[in-house]
Amino acid sequence: MADNVKPRVRVPKSASAGEVVTIKTLISHAMESGQRKDSSGNVIPRSIINRFTCDFNGQNVIDITLEPAISTNPYFEFEATVPESGEFKFTWYDDDGSVYEDSQAITVG
Amino acid sequence: MRKAALHVAAGVLTLAAAAPALAGENDPLIINGQIEITTRTAAPAHLDGHLSEIRSGWTFRTDETQVMQMDDFDNPAMIYVDAATDAWNTVEGSADKSCASCHEGPESLAGFRATTPKWNAEAGAVWTQEMYVNNCRTERMGAEAWDWNGQDMRNMTALLASVSRGMPVNVAIDGPAAETWEKGREMYYTRFGQLELSCANCHEDNYDNLIRADHLSQGQINAFPAYRLKDTNLVSVHNRFRGCIRDTRAATFAVGSPEFIALELYVASRGNGLSVEGPSVRN
Repeated sequence: MADNVKPRVRVPKSASAGEVVTIKTLISHAMESGQRKDSSGNVIPRSIINRFTCDFNGQNVIDITLEPAISTNPYFEFEATVPESGEFKFTWYDDDGSVYEDSQAITVG
Repeated sequence: MRKAALHVAAGVLTLAAAAPALAGENDPLIINGQIEITTRTAAPAHLDGHLSEIRSGWTFRTDETQVMQMDDFDNPAMIYVDAATDAWNTVEGSADKSCASCHEGPESLAGFRATTPKWNAEAGAVWTQEMYVNNCRTERMGAEAWDWNGQDMRNMTALLASVSRGMPVNVAIDGPAAETWEKGREMYYTRFGQLELSCANCHEDNYDNLIRADHLSQGQINAFPAYRLKDTNLVSVHNRFRGCIRDTRAATFAVGSPEFIALELYVASRGNGLSVEGPSVRN
């Protein structure tokens, strides 16, 4: 697992049925592009988050492919329409096979 | 249950979010909807007419950059504050202590950032935050000192700044600190380098004018450490000083040198009255 990787998300705690809510996500990650060299001239191997997904109650909301040009600590902000109470599940996939997860419940009332 | 109703709105992947409230030059800076930051105020008396109003660097930045600082989730520097919070609670060194062993929460040091650099009677010198942190590490924790400009130290100063946000900068310039302060003032008005520029030439005579494509600020340090978008990391006060002096094509002083400690005290005192704002977002 890469160092100091910490996911964080912000989802409103409650919403009305059918409301469009804004979701913000951020993961601390070096996003090493594989293009850089260290001080002795060796290529620093690529190590990035290559995929990010968000699901709501088992249904996919967004599925993103990340490429090496994306900068450090990738931040995503997107909107989702919330039909019912449930849980947003967030998953980040690392090049090294690590999977980072976070989840956040939302109440529709 | 209409699951089909769940969808991602079109074109929603926004890196620079369309924020509802853009911050104008004269708008107040309110962080997280709670912490009010004084970004413009009357100049302290010692400036003696050199400036009528002092302004935080925040007031010179574009709307997009300003907005990033108005919410901790959008402020990329808060990642480093989180890392420092972990370090705060980590036991290190021969004394089996963490910062928390003596200081409890970081909030206990609220106000510390607002009054440093300050005279340390025991040491008989003006000390910056970095010196206090390293003194704690070597003397009380029995741990290794951090590099002044290293990531750990910059993170910790960001944490210390964050708990003082909103408090007015108020460094003492009289008493035993006066000598160091005077030295800092002299540096501020001394021309350095092949370009023969003093701090004042840009940050006092020409603030708000364009330097290439950028607005010159007053060079206030109330908002340090700053997350610079071009560095995608925190920048310490001394590193910024070094960058400025380098840009005058001078041989610079070292980070942590007595010259920069004096300059830090003087520049901090030019911002007496502005709020502690760090960690801030700058370009």
